[in-house]
Amino acid sequence: MKNRGIILICCIITLLIILGSAFIVDETEQVIVTQFGKVVGSPLKEPGLYFKIPLIQVVNYFPKNLLQWDGNPGQIPTLDKTYIWVDTFARWKIVDPVKFFQTVNNTTSALARLDDIIDPAVRNFITSYSLIETVRKSARELDTFEIGMMENKKYEFQSSFAIKTGRELIMKGILEQAQPKLAQFGIELVDVKIKRINYVTEVRDSVYARMIAERKQIAEKFRSEGHGEAQKITGEKERDLKRITSEAYRKAQELQGKADAEATKIYAKAFGADPDFYSFVKTLEVYNEALGKDTSIILSTDSELFKYLKKY
Amino acid sequence: MSWDWEKLKEQQQGKKVVPPQMENFIKKFPKFNLPGLPIIIFILFILYLGSSIFYTIGVDEVGIVQRFGKYISTSQPGLNFKLPAVIDKVTKVKVRRVYKKEFGFRSLRVDDKQRLSSESESDNVSLMLTGDLNVALVPWIVHYRINDPYNYLFKIREVEGLLSDMAEAAMRLIIGDRSINEVISKRGEIAEEAKAVLQAELDKSEAGLSIVTIEMEKTNVPEPVQQSFNEVNQAVQEKEKLIYQAREAYNKALPEAMGEAERTLRVAEGYALDRVNRAKGDAARFVALYQEYAKAKDITKKRMYLEMLKDIMPKLGNKYIIDANQKNVLPLLNLEKQIGAIKNEK
Repeated sequence: MKNRGIILICCIITLLIILGSAFIVDETEQVIVTQFGKVVGSPLKEPGLYFKIPLIQVVNYFPKNLLQWDGNPGQIPTLDKTYIWVDTFARWKIVDPVKFFQTVNNTTSALARLDDIIDPAVRNFITSYSLIETVRKSARELDTFEIGMMENKKYEFQSSFAIKTGRELIMKGILEQAQPKLAQFGIELVDVKIKRINYVTEVRDSVYARMIAERKQIAEKFRSEGHGEAQKITGEKERDLKRITSEAYRKAQELQGKADAEATKIYAKAFGADPDFYSFVKTLEVYNEALGKDTSIILSTDSELFKYLKKY
Repeated sequence: MSWDWEKLKEQQQGKKVVPPQMENFIKKFPKFNLPGLPIIIFILFILYLGSSIFYTIGVDEVGIVQRFGKYISTSQPGLNFKLPAVIDKVTKVKVRRVYKKEFGFRSLRVDDKQRLSSESESDNVSLMLTGDLNVALVPWIVHYRINDPYNYLFKIREVEGLLSDMAEAAMRLIIGDRSINEVISKRGEIAEEAKAVLQAELDKSEAGLSIVTIEMEKTNVPEPVQQSFNEVNQAVQEKEKLIYQAREAYNKALPEAMGEAERTLRVAEGYALDRVNRAKGDAARFVALYQEYAKAKDITKKRMYLEMLKDIMPKLGNKYIIDANQKNVLPLLNLEKQIGAIKNEK
């Protein structure tokens, strides 16, 4: 009876000791075992079942996987003095848990350190580049306007959006600036990315106003182009009309002239045989046509017609 | 499913097994002391083990099995076995399901509460700067799948958060390199590029996610600016209209003018034919006449002269015949009056 009770109690104690000394490291975790605050052995990075001395040793868990940091969006002026909201995020992981444990201890304070280091780096970079550099990533030519933009103006316009650095390089620069400072905490910064860039409210309103003005101007251009084009077509119409009528006139005159020449030739050839006779015939014809009832005629008896009236 | 099953078991234990245990405890304890208790504990233990050994995996999922935290295998759909609860752990991952994440819609704003500062500024997920420094509204939907459950579970904490951050960063990177016109008109191209960029980033961070598609919703300009954008469209229409109207006038006038020109030519041709034919006719007539005249010149000439006189004499108005010897006859004639009469008639 008593022995059994003792055995049972012993069993329970043994079980408690085993339970207290065994611990599991998950796939997503890494562990440092400390003894009275001092690190014992190397960090346990492989998942599995481990043992420790119960009560004396303490297990400290740290995440092994990729962690996230969300930047504080803040107003930052760019090099061209435009105020923008920049929202960043970063991915990081604990590569040296011992250093991490000794310097920052837990992820919450690590996030504060990241704030202290990444936010200023972002601010540095944003303020030393113009807005367009942070927005664009390549210097590819933009299709800015619909058809009909004047060529030389287009070039000017394009060049104002040309970039030298671009967002990707700026993000890389921020990463490179922040990364070495975080190494001392056992943190590896995987990358820093700009999530959002937006104008601050006041700037946004003026940007809207500019967009509206820009559109209006484009609309006006189209209208005026329409009128111009229409005028051009009207001009073409006038020209073509004139061309057609004048060509027709010229051809008609040519034809008529040729016909006249032909007729003259024919007449000359025929009448040339006896010009006197022609003149006689024609004159008779003229008399026939020209003299009428309005004509008074005084003929002498000497005339061919009345010579017989006097005497024969 | 297996969870319910376990619960059911536990409930059954509660109802059927516990009351006998209480009875046993009260009745049998004084007589037999201990033997009943260990047996009951043993039975309970076996039941517990049984319930945590079996588990089912649905058709659209796989199970990731971890032994003492370490990944050991992936189990396929169906009934599966594992070691009891403390030793083995199963996490089910729906690998065949396509998940959907919306950006720039109202529904997202709830998730976005984590933002501490200035809700109004960061609210606008869809508000983006374009490459020509304009502002565009770009809502979109990401459809994705878990293609590597191991990476999905173990490589990243808060995969969902990473996905939405990455998706926003990728989309803004693409939009930032497009003009406002391109953003509005080339949605397909943007979706393709955003998908490529996002997938590359996810692969780089071993998220275990695969993007199925990125769907662009209606991209637009912010509300205050929409009116002026429409105005441009209207102006384009107006321009076309003016051009078409001018063309219409052109098309209306030209063929008519060409017809008229054609007519002028035909008339001229007619004139030419007329003129030549007449000349030929006249010439032929003259030649014929001349041939006969040549045979008897004097008499013909005289005849023609007299014929002419015969023709015209009846037509003439006043005829005066004066003796050849009469030298001064003009005063006799009232020529003045005659001329006046002609004038009056006119």
